[in-house]
Order: sequence, then structure tokens, then C-alpha cells
Amino acid sequence: MLDQSHPALDGQSVSIRDLQLDFGAVSVLRDLNLDIHKGEFLVLLGASGCGKSTLLNCIAGLLEPTGGQIFIEGKNVTWAEPSERGIGMVFQSYALYPQMTVEGNLSFGLKNARLPKDEIAKRVASAAEILHLGPLLKRKPAALSGGQRQRVAIGRALVRDVDVFLFDEPLSNLDAKLRAELRVELKRLHNSLDSTMIYVTHDQVEAMTLADRIAIMKGGVIQQLAAPLEIYNRPANLYVADFIGAPPMNLLRGDLRGTAFRGAVNVPMTGYDFAASPKDGATVFGIRPEHVLVGEAAATAPVRAEVTVEIVEPMGADTLLWTRLGEDDFRIRIDGQTPIRGGDRITIGLDPARASLFDAATELRL
Amino acid sequence: MADVAFTPQAASGAPARTLDGPVGARPRSRVTGKRIMIYGALGLVSLYWLLPLWVMVMTSLKGMPEIRMGNIFAPPVEVTFAPWVKAWAEACTGLNCDGLSRGFWNSVAIVVPSTVLSIAVASVNGYALVNWKFKGSEVFFTILIFGAFIPYQVMIYPIVVILREIGLMGSVWGLVLVHTVFGMPIITLLFRNYFASLPEELFKAARVDGAGFWGIFLRVLVPMSLPIFAVAMILQITGIWNDFLFGVIYTKPDTYPMTVQLNNIVNSTQGVKEYNVNMAATLITGLVPLSIYLISGKLFVRGIAAGAVKG
Repeated sequence: MLDQSHPALDGQSVSIRDLQLDFGAVSVLRDLNLDIHKGEFLVLLGASGCGKSTLLNCIAGLLEPTGGQIFIEGKNVTWAEPSERGIGMVFQSYALYPQMTVEGNLSFGLKNARLPKDEIAKRVASAAEILHLGPLLKRKPAALSGGQRQRVAIGRALVRDVDVFLFDEPLSNLDAKLRAELRVELKRLHNSLDSTMIYVTHDQVEAMTLADRIAIMKGGVIQQLAAPLEIYNRPANLYVADFIGAPPMNLLRGDLRGTAFRGAVNVPMTGYDFAASPKDGATVFGIRPEHVLVGEAAATAPVRAEVTVEIVEPMGADTLLWTRLGEDDFRIRIDGQTPIRGGDRITIGLDPARASLFDAATELRL
Repeated sequence: MADVAFTPQAASGAPARTLDGPVGARPRSRVTGKRIMIYGALGLVSLYWLLPLWVMVMTSLKGMPEIRMGNIFAPPVEVTFAPWVKAWAEACTGLNCDGLSRGFWNSVAIVVPSTVLSIAVASVNGYALVNWKFKGSEVFFTILIFGAFIPYQVMIYPIVVILREIGLMGSVWGLVLVHTVFGMPIITLLFRNYFASLPEELFKAARVDGAGFWGIFLRVLVPMSLPIFAVAMILQITGIWNDFLFGVIYTKPDTYPMTVQLNNIVNSTQGVKEYNVNMAATLITGLVPLSIYLISGKLFVRGIAAGAVKG
């Protein structure tokens, strides 16, 4: 009966239904629902303590949920052992078995599954080929660099020939350069394997670059589940707007009157795609630093304002200007070569079509 | 020197940039009041600990006439190993006159199974308490640790009754059982703390890889826990080897451990006190824990430090 796939699960690789997890009186996950398509790269993103790793551990079977169900490839695995779920998992600390060679690490799971020797050798060889581990097979983890260790950890999931890969912040222990390299390698791996990948991270760059869809979590609840650009352009609430984007979105407090925002600047919201019919009341106006227009573009913008530059942070490719608009901090990202100095007074332009409006009380997108 | 502007630092013969005043590392004098204090104190304490050993070794190498002359600190004029031979093979306790050798082999027969058994059980205990928490595991652990604080004296008689009832009173195996049980709290604590200090992700990875309770323990955790096994072995071997109380109560003359036999040799009230034989016998008895510590001292320190990282 467990093997029979339910029609509701067609096309779903992993399906999480009404998942609930309590530690004593503290509930970490509440009525969590998430459907992950076959071959999808889903990123669980959130600050630490948001429940993203807990959710991944539940999917892996390393934590027992208090309520709800988990389906993997159509099978109800809620009560199944981690090794029976058809998953491979990669951990932040690599978690390689220190006294085994790379080869031993790769084949440990297969030996436990009592696979024939030639099959084990074949799979280890092919994983080593994909991850360029060939020359390292006889070494112990202590003799490997961080990047190599993480590749072995990925290989350990790879040899298991699974449908679903789980990554628990796999790149967080690496330095910035290696992280960028391995990120691309992971993306390449996903393209060539076509398996489902669930990836937990607190790094929004990893999330944006890797994901087909991102689930942003806070307090054990998914705040928004959408493609990276959709999340960037149309954040569902204030938390998501503030979390995604570095530096974060500028937020101005004010009121909505009809279809015009009144605050430090008055912005008639023509061209803005309202999520619901506009309603008067306290509202937060948000615009990303890189969407603020300066120079010639500002002159023709629908809304203009004058600000004084307080601090200039040149970062090479672009420059960040810190200014104030009314009571609020206001950041502007401009081209790195623009000659602007602290104390300059500049004209900025705002395009309502690229802005976001949030209800100040419910914090939801308007 | 036209190119000096391009290589300002490489210009050889350029005037040194160092000005007057302190340069580089600060000079430190080798003999300071602080050092004299430290080394003086260390020397005194070492002397305090080594002097008795010196007296024992010297006395054991002297003949009785030389000992009677006094001068206990003086090295032997005429070195003799006869006291050592006598202590090992000829000294009498009660009716037996085969020296300490009997007690030595009894002690070996007690220490080896007690150490192996207690470590085998306690390591699994510690592993289960950390990685396979069950309902009430914390309570179980608390009760177990509580056992370490109960004075041995109150347990002596109940254990006599228990051993009598299960028919092990007076046998080596009875003593092995007692040592195994009494070693349990502290050795379990040792293993629990060590396993808790290992990354939890390792355990999770092994579970995803399909290893079970014993597979994870034997093939992943034990191979990487050798230091703590060494610590437990040292603690148990020295502790059990040096035990006198349980040995004298739960065994009989034929199966007395070495410590009990040593006491019987040294404290015998008949005849002349043979100080040299007594010293040699004591040294032989102490040699086992001493050599164990010397051989594995490094592992001991490493294991203790590793276990202490997380409580």
C-alpha cells in the first residue's frame, strides 16, 4: 500500500503535507505544506533559527515530525528510516568518516546496502569521475582541502543513486572564492543529473543563483515560495523585502490616499501593479537601492526628490550612497565610476512601477 | 640612482630607516625572579615526590647487613638482585611460598576481563546516551552518575550477599563483576562526554548511509575514539590493579590479587623484617600501573582534553 502512488502526487518529487514539529512546548514547524517538482532545485532560505534545517532533517528522516506526512517519489516515507527514503545528504561540516579513505567514505553506504562489489566499484568510479576525485581516492579526509572534502561529501550522496539530494548549508565552511566555484559546480551537477535538490542556506546569493524556486522561511512558516526574480521584484511581505537584496530595500513610512503614496515624498502610484484594490491607510513604500534613478535618468523620472549624500561607499563595480529621505535612511546604488562625494546634493528619481507597497499593519504586499 | 623612485625598498646602500630606540623583539633576560621561583618550586615538588622512590629502589638493591647500617639515602655499596628474586618467587604468605608471582597472575586474571567488560559496556552506554536518546535517558544517566557518589563501604555487605546468592563469592569472576559494576558510572560519563564532543552530523551522515546502531558504533565512532579508549583503559587498569578493599573481601587466599598479597608479605609479623624484599615487592606491584602510564601517557592527556571540550 505504501508503494502505491497517490494521484495527488503526480509530478511531485517531495511532498510535505501539514508537517508539524514540536520540541516540548515549542513548535518549530507549523502546518507546513510544500510540494517540490521532479528535477527542481529548491532553496530553503532564512535567518538562523527559522526552521529551515529542521525541515530538511525531517525530510531526511533524522528528526521525527509530531504531525503531518512526507512523501518522496510518491511513497509515504513519514515512518521510514533515512536510508530507506531514497535521499542523499550533504552536511555543512562535511561529516566525512575521518578514519576511512575517500573511497571508503564513498562506498560506506553501498556496503551497508549490501551491493555487489563490482557494482560498488562502478558507482564509486563514476562519482569520482564526475567530481574529479580520481587521484584522491586513497587519501584520508584529513589530507584534503575544504573544497575537496565537500566534493567527497557530495560524492557520498551521488553514489547512492538517489532521486533527492539534500544540502544543509554545504558551502558555509568554505572561503568566498571556493564557495563561488563550488556553487557553479553544483549548478552544473544539477543540470547534468536532473535530480531533485533541496538546499538549505542563509546566503541569499547562493539562493538567488542556484534556485529554481526559493522558499523563504521565518518562524517555521514559509513566507514566500517563488522563483528568485519574482521574490526579488515582488516580495510578498515586508520581511521578504527586507531579507532579500544587499543592501536591503529602502522602506519609507507614510499613507496611501487613493492610488498615491504620501510620506517623505509623494508618489502617485501610476503604473504600479496592485496586488489587491488599493485601500487608504498606513503604508510602507519600498524601493531597491539599485532602482533609484540618478543623473539624466532622474530628470525624466515620474517622481523626483532632492537628497544630500552623507556617506559614499565605493565598491568598484558600483558605489553605494547613504542619504536620508524624511526620517528614514535611504540608500542608492549607482555606477562605480560616477564622481559623487559626501555632501553633494543630488536629484533622484523614483519609478512607481519598480516599487513595492506594503500594508503597515499586516506587512503584506498591496 | 635615477631609478630609485621605482624601487624605493630595493635600493642597496640607501641609508637605514631605523632610528634610535627599541628595535625588533624585546630582549628578555633568562634569569628573572619569576623564573627562579617557578623552577625552584618545581624542583622542590619533584624532589618531594622522587625521594621515597629513590629510597625504595636503593633499599631493594641492598643486602640486609648494609640496610642495618642506616644511611637510607646512600646508594648500595654492593648491588644485589636477590631481594627482587625473593619477592617475586620465594616470599611466603601463609602457607604459600611462591612469592608475588601468584598474586601477579591473579591480578592479571582480574584486571583483563574487568577492564574489557567495563569498557565494552560503558562505551555502548555512553554512545546510546548521546546518540540514541530514549525516553528517560537523562534520568537513567543521572541515576548512573549518582552511583559514583555512594561510598563503597555501604555496598560491601549487600554485595557479599548478592555474590553468595549467585555463587560467585570468593571466585575471580565475582570480583570481575564487582569491578565492572563499580567502574560503570565514571567510565560511562567519560564516553558520553567524548561522544557528545564528536560532530552530530557524522552520526546523521552514517544514518543516511544506512548504518544501524552497531554499524555506526563499531565502524564509524570506535575507530575515531582511540584516545578515549586509551584513557578508559588506563583508568580501569590502574584503578583495578591498585584495588585492595574489594580484593581482600570478595576473594580467598588462592585468588588474592597482588595488592592483598603484597600487604600480607609486608605486614607479616613473623621473623625479621626484610626491608629489601618488602621494597622490591612494592616496586614490582607498582610497576604495572607505572609502565601503563609511561607507555600511554600522551594518549591519556589527549583523550582527557578531547573529552573535556563539551560536557
